[in-house]
Amino acid sequence: MRGNFLTITKMLSASVVAAGLLMSAPARAADDTIKVGILHSLSGTMAISETTLKDAMLMLIDEQNAKGGLLGKKLEAVVVDPASNWPLFAEKARELISKDKVAAVFGCWTSVSRKSVLPVFSELDNILFYPVQYEGEESERNVFYTGAAPNQQAIPAVDYLMSEDGGSVKRWVLEGTDYVYPRTTNKILEAYLKAKGVAAEDIMVNYTPFGFSDWQTEVSAIKKFGSAGKKTAVVSTVNGDANVPFYKELGNQGIKAEDIPVMAFSVGEEELAGLDTAPLVGHLAAWNYFESVDTPENQKFIADWHKFIKNDKRTTNDPMEAHYIGFNMWVKAVEKAGTTDPDKVIDAMVGVSVPNLTGGYSTMMPNHHITKPVLIGEIQADGQFETVSQTPGLVMGDEWSDYLPDSKDLISDWRAPLSCGNFNVATGKCGGKGTN
Amino acid sequence: MILIRAIGLTLLFLMASLLPSNAAEADLRAIIAKFATATNFSATEAVVRELAATGDPLVERPLAALADGDLYVRKADSLVFVGKGGGDSVELLDPLSGEKSGEAVKVGITKIKVNNTLRRVIRDALGTLTLRAKDPAVRIAAADTMFKTPDAANIEPLDAAVANETVATVKALFEQARAASVLVSDRPEADKLAAIALIGARGDRDALSLLTSVETNSEGAVKDAATAAIGNINSTLALWDAGQNIWYGISLGSVLLLAAIGLAITFGVMGVINMAHGEMVMLGAYTTFVVQQVIRTSFPGLFDWSLVIALPLAFLVAALVGLAIERGVIRFLYGRPLETLLATWGVSLILQQAVRTIFGPTNQEVGNPSWMSGSFDIGQLAVTWNRLWILVFALGVFAVLLYVMKRTPWGLQMRAVTANRRMAASMGIRTPWVDALTFALGSGIAGIAGVALSQIDNVSPNLGRGYIIDSFMVVVFGGVGNLWGTLVGAFSLGIVNKFLEPYAGAVLGKIVVLVLIILFIQKRPRGLFALKGRAIEA
Repeated sequence: MRGNFLTITKMLSASVVAAGLLMSAPARAADDTIKVGILHSLSGTMAISETTLKDAMLMLIDEQNAKGGLLGKKLEAVVVDPASNWPLFAEKARELISKDKVAAVFGCWTSVSRKSVLPVFSELDNILFYPVQYEGEESERNVFYTGAAPNQQAIPAVDYLMSEDGGSVKRWVLEGTDYVYPRTTNKILEAYLKAKGVAAEDIMVNYTPFGFSDWQTEVSAIKKFGSAGKKTAVVSTVNGDANVPFYKELGNQGIKAEDIPVMAFSVGEEELAGLDTAPLVGHLAAWNYFESVDTPENQKFIADWHKFIKNDKRTTNDPMEAHYIGFNMWVKAVEKAGTTDPDKVIDAMVGVSVPNLTGGYSTMMPNHHITKPVLIGEIQADGQFETVSQTPGLVMGDEWSDYLPDSKDLISDWRAPLSCGNFNVATGKCGGKGTN
Repeated sequence: MILIRAIGLTLLFLMASLLPSNAAEADLRAIIAKFATATNFSATEAVVRELAATGDPLVERPLAALADGDLYVRKADSLVFVGKGGGDSVELLDPLSGEKSGEAVKVGITKIKVNNTLRRVIRDALGTLTLRAKDPAVRIAAADTMFKTPDAANIEPLDAAVANETVATVKALFEQARAASVLVSDRPEADKLAAIALIGARGDRDALSLLTSVETNSEGAVKDAATAAIGNINSTLALWDAGQNIWYGISLGSVLLLAAIGLAITFGVMGVINMAHGEMVMLGAYTTFVVQQVIRTSFPGLFDWSLVIALPLAFLVAALVGLAIERGVIRFLYGRPLETLLATWGVSLILQQAVRTIFGPTNQEVGNPSWMSGSFDIGQLAVTWNRLWILVFALGVFAVLLYVMKRTPWGLQMRAVTANRRMAASMGIRTPWVDALTFALGSGIAGIAGVALSQIDNVSPNLGRGYIIDSFMVVVFGGVGNLWGTLVGAFSLGIVNKFLEPYAGAVLGKIVVLVLIILFIQKRPRGLFALKGRAIEA
C-alpha cells in the first residue's frame, strides 16, 4: 500500500507540480551515514532501462554496508525519480546535492539527460558516475564516464565486421534513432569507414524517430541495399523500444544473420527479454560485458543480483557492470582520500583500478574514462549473447574522436597541472571545441 | 598432394561401397571427433569442410546441429554429441544415428561455438548434400542456397539433380542455381549468355545481386548482357516498389485504424477528449500477455489459439476499466473539454504506473502464434503474415462496429443521444447509461486493438503513448463523428506516410504528414467527412 502511495506521489511529481510537492519530502538523516544519490528515471519512457540500474545500485550499496560500510560509516541511498523528463534531471540533481548533501551521484541514461545535469554538477561541485555507452566528444571534471566511448564499442565492432571472421563486410547501413548519440556515432563511423577506403555509395545512413514501430519500409530498403552483390551489414544505433519491432520485421522479412548481420550498440540482454529470439540467432552486439561471460566474479554478481531482486529470470547487462565498476572505484577513491569531499575524491579517482566482471581490471584514466575490454557477441536462441570476438587487451576510452576534424586535436587530462577537459594539442591551449 | 588425396578418396569410396556404411561411418566418426580439439572458428571450419567433402548424406545431422548450436563435447571423454533440450540437463544423441546416448548436466559439456561465417559454410555444404532430399521444401532451400553462393564445382551435382527432378518448380530453381554456378566458372561465353538470360528471367533481388557482381567481374559480351539484364530487372522492380509502398501504406493504415477506431467512438461520437485511450490499448496487450502466460504454463497445446482467447478477455478488461473511468471521472466533466483532457491525462499516468508496478518496467514477451509468423511472396513483394492478419482484423472490427452503430437498437440510442441529448432523454432513453456503455464500447475496442498491436509492437507500460497522437490525428482528419471518415483517414495517412518515407526518411516523412494535416484542417476544420447537423455545435 505504502508502495502504491509512493508511486502515485512520484507520478504527480512528474507533472507540473513536481518541485513544490517534494519540498516537504524526506527528512534529513543523522550525520553518521554517507549519502549516495541515485538519479535514474523510475517512470516514463526510460523507466524500462533505468529502473534496473537503480536496483543494481541499491544492491551494491547494501553489499558495501554488509562489508562494514565506508570510512566507518554506513552508506545511505537517496533515490529520486526524474521521470524521463530531461529538465527535471537537473532539478533533481540540484535537490540531491544541495538538500540531501549526497557525496556522489550515480545516474542518467540518455545523453540529453546527462547534458542537462552537467551545469549543476560543475556549479555545486559534486561527482556524477555515468554508466552508459555514449557518443564521446565530452570530458567534464565532475563526471566519470564508466560506459563505453565510441572507440570502446563502435570502432571495434566495425573492425570485426570488416575482418574475415566477421564476414569481410563491404557495404554498410548505419541505422539509428534520431538523436545525439546515433548521429554523432554515425558521423564518427562514416569518417572511419571512409578512412578505411569504403566508397560513399557503399554507405547508407538512415534515421527513425524514438519508439518507431513500423519498420517495413526501412527493412525492405536494407534488403534492397544489400542486393548489390557485396557483403552488407547493418550497424544499428536504434535505441530502446524501437528495437523490438525492428528485429521482428527483420525476422518476418527473412533477413538472416548469415546474409545481412545487424550489429547493435544499444541492444542488451534486457531488450532481448521482450523478444522471441529464435529468428535473430547470429545477429550481433558490441558491449564491454555480457551476462554469459564465464568468470567467477560475474557468476557471483549474477547470483547476488537474482537474490537481491528475488527473480531468477532477471538479466544483467552492460550498464549494470559499469555501475559495479564505478561504485567500486568510488569506494576505493574515498578510502584513498580518507574523505568524501568531492574535490579530494575527484583527484583520488584517477589511477584507481578495480576488478571488472569479465575477468580483468578496469582503471580510471586521467580523461575520466575507464579501460575496458570490447566483446562482440552473437544473439543465441535463449536470449543471451555468445562472445565470438574479444579485443586482446583493454581499450582505453577516447573521449575526443580522432576521426572528426573538430575534435582530432583535442585531449583531456584532469590531473594537475594540465587539468583540462579539452586541451588542443595543435594550439597548445585549453578550450578547444568538440562537435557538440 | 591432391593426387594422394584423390587416391585416398577413391579408396575410401571403394571401401564404402564394398563394406556398406560401417567403414564409412567409422571414418565420419573420426572426422567428427576432431570437433573436440578444434579450439577456434577456423579449426572448426576445417572440420566442417572435411565432413562436407565426404559427400555422405549422414553428415547432415551433425552439421545441421552445429549450425543450430546443438553440437556439444562431453568434457569427461571428449566425445561429440548432439544435445537436445534446454535447462540444466541436456539429452545427448549420437551425432550420426541420432540415437539416445544418455544425458548430461550443462556444466559437464561444452558447446561447439559457431559464428555467422561458419553458419554460412555449413549452409553451403548442406545445400549440396540435400539436393536429393525427399522433401521438396528442403530441395528448394538447397537450390536457393546454391543460387546465392555459386561455385563452379556445383555444376555437376546440379546437372544430375536437374536430370532427376520431377517437380517442375524445383527443377526450374535447380536450373537457375546451375546458371549461377556457370557464371562463376570458366565455361564458354555462349553458356554464360544463356545463363544470364535464365537468371535475368528470374528477376528478383538475388538475381540482381548476382548479376551486379558478374557485371563488375567480367567483360565483353557477358558484361553487356549482364548490364542489359540488370536494366530489365531494375525497371520491373521499380514497379514492384510502388506496389510495395501501397501495401506497406495499407498495412500502416490498418494499424492506425485499429488504434483510432475506439477513439472514433469516445472522441468522435461522444466528444470526450480521452487521453487515456492509448492505455486501453496497452491494457489489451497486457491481457494478451497474461493469457499467453497462463497458456504456456497450463495448456501449451492451445498456444496458437491464444490471441482468439485473448480477444474477448481484452475487450472485457478494457471495457470495465473504461466504464469505471466514465462513472468515476468523466461523467462529472461533460461539456468541460479542458478539464476532461487533464483528468484523463492523469488517469493515463495512473494506469501506466499501475501496470509498471504490477508487471515491472521491462518489456513483456508476447509470442507470435505460428500462423502470424513469416511471410509469403507475391511476385517480388514480401507480404508478412502478421501484417496481413492485422489488416483483416482491422476491417473486421470496423464492419462489426458499423453494424452495431447502424443496425442495433443500442446503436440507435447512441446516435440519438449524440444528436440531441435532451430530446433523447425525453423519449425515455437513459442517457447516462448510454454514455457509460458507449464509453465502455470505445474502450473495449481499444482493448482488442491492443491484442493485435501486441503482435507488432513492444508490450511495455509505454505502449499506448506511441498511438495516442496518431489516433487523434486520424479521427480529426477523417472527420469527427464519422466512422467511414476514420477508415478513409487511416488508410490515406498510412499510404501517404509510406510513399514519403523512402524519399524523405521516417522522421521528415512524419513531419511532412503533420504539416499537410494542419494545412488540411485549416481548409476543412471538420475533416474529410464532416457530420451535418446540430450535433457538432453542442
